[in-house]
Amino acid sequence: MATLTVPSAVPAVADDSEQLRKAFQGWGTNEALIISILAHRDAAQRRAIRRAYADTYGEELLRSLTDEISGDFERAVILWTLDPAERDAVLVNEVYRKWHPGSRVLVEIACTRGPAQLFAVRQAYHERFKRSLEEDIAAHATGDFRKLLVPLVSAYRYEGPEVNTRMAHSEAKILHEKIQHKAYADDEIIRILTTRSTAQLLATFNNYNNEFGHPINKDLKADPKDEFLATLRAIIRCFCCPDRYFEKVIRLAIAGMGTDENSLTRIITTRAEVDLKLIKEAYQKRNSVPLERAVAGDTSGDYERMLLALLGQE
Amino acid sequence: MAADEIQHLTRAFSGLGGLGVDESAMVSALGKWRKQPEKLSGFRKSFNGFFKEHGVIERCEEEYMLHLAAEFSRFKNLMVLWAMHPWERDARMAHHVLHQAHPAAIVVEIACTRPAEELLGARKAYQALFHHSLEEDVAYHARDKPYCSVSSQPLSHLVLHVSDNGVVAVVELLLIPGGCCHVVQLLVGLVSAYRYEGPRVNEEVARAEAKALGAAVKSAAGATAKLVENDEVVRILSTRSKPHLVETFKYYKEIHGRHIEEDLGHEETLREAALCLATPAKYFSQVMGAALSDGAGHHAKEALTRVAVTRSDVDMDGIRAAYHEQFGGKLDDAIAGKAHGYYRDALLSLVAGK
Repeated sequence: MATLTVPSAVPAVADDSEQLRKAFQGWGTNEALIISILAHRDAAQRRAIRRAYADTYGEELLRSLTDEISGDFERAVILWTLDPAERDAVLVNEVYRKWHPGSRVLVEIACTRGPAQLFAVRQAYHERFKRSLEEDIAAHATGDFRKLLVPLVSAYRYEGPEVNTRMAHSEAKILHEKIQHKAYADDEIIRILTTRSTAQLLATFNNYNNEFGHPINKDLKADPKDEFLATLRAIIRCFCCPDRYFEKVIRLAIAGMGTDENSLTRIITTRAEVDLKLIKEAYQKRNSVPLERAVAGDTSGDYERMLLALLGQE
Repeated sequence: MAADEIQHLTRAFSGLGGLGVDESAMVSALGKWRKQPEKLSGFRKSFNGFFKEHGVIERCEEEYMLHLAAEFSRFKNLMVLWAMHPWERDARMAHHVLHQAHPAAIVVEIACTRPAEELLGARKAYQALFHHSLEEDVAYHARDKPYCSVSSQPLSHLVLHVSDNGVVAVVELLLIPGGCCHVVQLLVGLVSAYRYEGPRVNEEVARAEAKALGAAVKSAAGATAKLVENDEVVRILSTRSKPHLVETFKYYKEIHGRHIEEDLGHEETLREAALCLATPAKYFSQVMGAALSDGAGHHAKEALTRVAVTRSDVDMDGIRAAYHEQFGGKLDDAIAGKAHGYYRDALLSLVAGK
């Protein structure tokens, strides 16, 4: 359920490219024009525009953008304009350069993109950064985080709907056993979370709930400050209910004094073509306020206009 | 004359430790010995592995008949393996990781000697064929294999149920693996890798990692801990690109004076991975050498078909050269001396130079 709105009569690629060039020329920059075009084109259209722009003007569109605009608005437009796989690769690379074990970006990308898309991210990473994604993560993560995150981003999970109920039952028991013993980074927990298919994992978590009377995440709250436990909970939530997971990230990004623009931009640009509508609904339900209003209240200027355009507001 | 004919036929039936069967020798014996049952009887009496005295007749040994079935199938297995799509071939071979006695080497070979896109293809084929991902099956099934060194006992639990009338019943015995198997983690890492294929190498990092490997080797030497338990060793081998590893191993030799495979010697899976990643031709020549040596076991011999089929179009020239360097003779000659019949001809076709 995407929020992206594309006009029913889309201008020719050459026209879009020309308009964008005009937006850069002269003293100022016509940000409104940039938003009105790019924020209303899907991934294939944006790719075509980038190609046409480079062919016609001998310069990368993204390069022109970084020269002309700046700040949070720039980050939002750049991330948005990139292909989904490239975008994810860039996001991972940001994490690698400013390593922080609590970062959820890797979990989001590894657990909410399908197996084929995750592989496309790894290919895009090769092309852009001339190294493999897992090599960079492995070199920076240490200890339990490395044990968990490297297999998580390297997985090529089976996509089928088949579920082995006996195995879901026994693996739910194994998870419970290890959690009871506080062996949170145990090989078995990592094996199950990083290799089983989505369907199998959902069956396992359901089994856990049925067998032990409460969701598995409830048993992973022993220490609120433990980043590793928080990462495990994030993995499970991303599989089970991604829209509610993303709602929470946005909610925390906007709530209180100040705004976490990085997270806000990331969620909106990565989900606008996927399920931002569901996330909006979850937000409205949880906070009794439309997400657009909350975003407008917390951001301003061209950045705000870009986000609202991606949220589907006219 | 008769004794020669008998020995000829014995060898044709894969006696004397050969590989495959000599189909044309068998057929010509059929012709030559027509209406001479005493020759066939003499053959049965002299071939002790195949036949055994049993009252008034010489009867077939069950075990030899199984052996013969395997030897007759070598050619068939080679042809079928050759005909398959490489991705299905790799997926089916990797699937053998589920089987008790199969060595981990097959999985290491597939993960480390195929180009990144071919490994991805094999993983896709694996999913299509077996409805699980390759890494899922490796992680799950390799835990209880002989090459997995589980360091502590598994936990076992009796799950008891108390029914309403107080009857206690043992409902299930739950075996939860205990300890951890680092070899499995290494294997999962190797099959999950999507290595960068470009030539660019960061020399500083390669040098630093060569030092780190040396330090790991040194600290494992004294203690009881194994090298495969060292996170850095596993990280370097399972994520770095092949050109990077070649550079790293080059620096290793410079800094520490020995080849890394010498220092990894006793940890088979690590050594195989290092060889496969950096010097596949050398690795495969060693596998061929082992397959052709006297007393080679069943799995070692199977490797002959696997290597010939999978490397024939890739680096067979390099493998022949490495074989010559390592063992002195020519690979073609060694095969011709050990294998029989169509199987021999098939191997030679795949192995020969232009």
